[in-house]
Amino acid sequence: MNAQTKQLPKPPGKLKHALTFVIVLFLLWGSAVQTEASFGRLISGIPNMWDLLKEMFPPNWAYFDNIVNPMLDTIRMAIAGTTIGAIFAIPLSILAANNMVRSPWVYQIARFILNLLRTIPDLLLAAIFVAIFGLGLIPGILALAVFSVGLIAKLTYESLETIDRGPLEAMTSVGASKLQWIAFGVVPQILPHFISYVLYTFEINVRAAAVLGLVGAGGIGLYYEKTLGFLEYDKTNSIILLTLAVVLAIDYFSTKLREKLL
Amino acid sequence: MNRNRWLHWLIAIALVLIYVWTFWDIRFSGIKETAGKITRSIIQGIFSPDWDYVYLPDGEDLLRGLLDTLAIAALGTFISAVLCIPFAFWAAASRNKSMALSGAGKFVLSFIRTFPEIVMALLFIKAVGPGSFAGALALGLHSIGMLGKLFSEEVENMDAGPTEALIATGASRLQVLWFAVIPQVLPGFLSYTLYRFEINVRSATILGIIGAGGIGTPLIFALTTRHWDRVGIILLGIIVTVTLIDLISGYFRRKLA
Repeated sequence: MNAQTKQLPKPPGKLKHALTFVIVLFLLWGSAVQTEASFGRLISGIPNMWDLLKEMFPPNWAYFDNIVNPMLDTIRMAIAGTTIGAIFAIPLSILAANNMVRSPWVYQIARFILNLLRTIPDLLLAAIFVAIFGLGLIPGILALAVFSVGLIAKLTYESLETIDRGPLEAMTSVGASKLQWIAFGVVPQILPHFISYVLYTFEINVRAAAVLGLVGAGGIGLYYEKTLGFLEYDKTNSIILLTLAVVLAIDYFSTKLREKLL
Repeated sequence: MNRNRWLHWLIAIALVLIYVWTFWDIRFSGIKETAGKITRSIIQGIFSPDWDYVYLPDGEDLLRGLLDTLAIAALGTFISAVLCIPFAFWAAASRNKSMALSGAGKFVLSFIRTFPEIVMALLFIKAVGPGSFAGALALGLHSIGMLGKLFSEEVENMDAGPTEALIATGASRLQVLWFAVIPQVLPGFLSYTLYRFEINVRSATILGIIGAGGIGTPLIFALTTRHWDRVGIILLGIIVTVTLIDLISGYFRRKLA
């Protein structure tokens, strides 16, 4: 009897859980104080919100004529940014994979660069590029490209590290050159994954490109400030609806394509 | 084989057309002549940042801006983690529920996900006025989309055994929830909440661009007034904060898994 009770596992400590709970509560309370959150303001704001929603409906259907072109610009920006990002991601992902590059120095530095690229949100990058290049599509494309490099290269190098070594060893044993080794051993294994990641990044970039205009980087985002500034909320609603429709459609097709690839 | 080759050609032609359409209209001539100079100034600013801005005894400085950003992210994540639970159970497919019901829940969640957080913040600014609170509310509402989806998948993957065992012994619905459902889904819920917190810290840094609080406001101000050394220190601050939060949150997520 005694021996049996000794074998029973101890229940997890209650104190640790309680302490974690208290710390989280304390942090949340601090956050609420810092952001000056108050239920009173939220509740007194609800009528404002309701008025806003009432003015947003029905959407201004005629306004669609004005925003179709900016929407196409947005898609162009996403395509161009993703493509440039994908091209630069190829060498970086090879440098970051530890089965492609022997030296830990090289792949650790490459990974550090990739992590650094992904810490800065694309809207901030766009704001900086707008300061450099001026208003237009170019800063938007560059911002998306920088962000895409980080994301595509990270996903690709992680797949590269899990590829099958068999074909590679077979190629080495028959005396293939380094270029042949990559073209016939690595590329066929990684290509479907790579294309899938590019499509995934494209989905993210379409969403991002839709708001880049807020900092002056072109596309449909520019029109949010225009319509909100003139209190034309029915037009704002048209922009939101068009963006939602385009994003959902692109997501749908891209997901279907990705399912076919893998 | 022949059909495959046709398909490849078709894809290639479609791609070429898409790229021609993409790059045909883009004007590369609009670039400012000062671009090179400004780039140099920004890089110089990043390597010789305005250290004095880190802490100013009175008013707006880097540390307070970053603290504000973290507070927005934390509050937003908490709001969404609470609000998304009913959505998660709604969208989760299970045996005693119609496909249409869970399908509707999934659609609502993907709709919320698609709505850009920055636009949501614009609308909340109209409702509660500019400031961090509007930002936190926007993040809270937007994050429901992703957290609800991840939570509902966690509920779907739950083992039915414990629930059935408890029902068989005559437990009440509340007891089933407390002893069978919550212990199974809690680690997953917490892990996803932390993951979303990481994303929200990044999002909170941009909310300031439209006046919804956080470090974005001084950054945009420094950019428009051309204080490049200040831009440098703010960028450094963002990079360090995001990296630290990722490391800490990643450590806790590994412990939960």
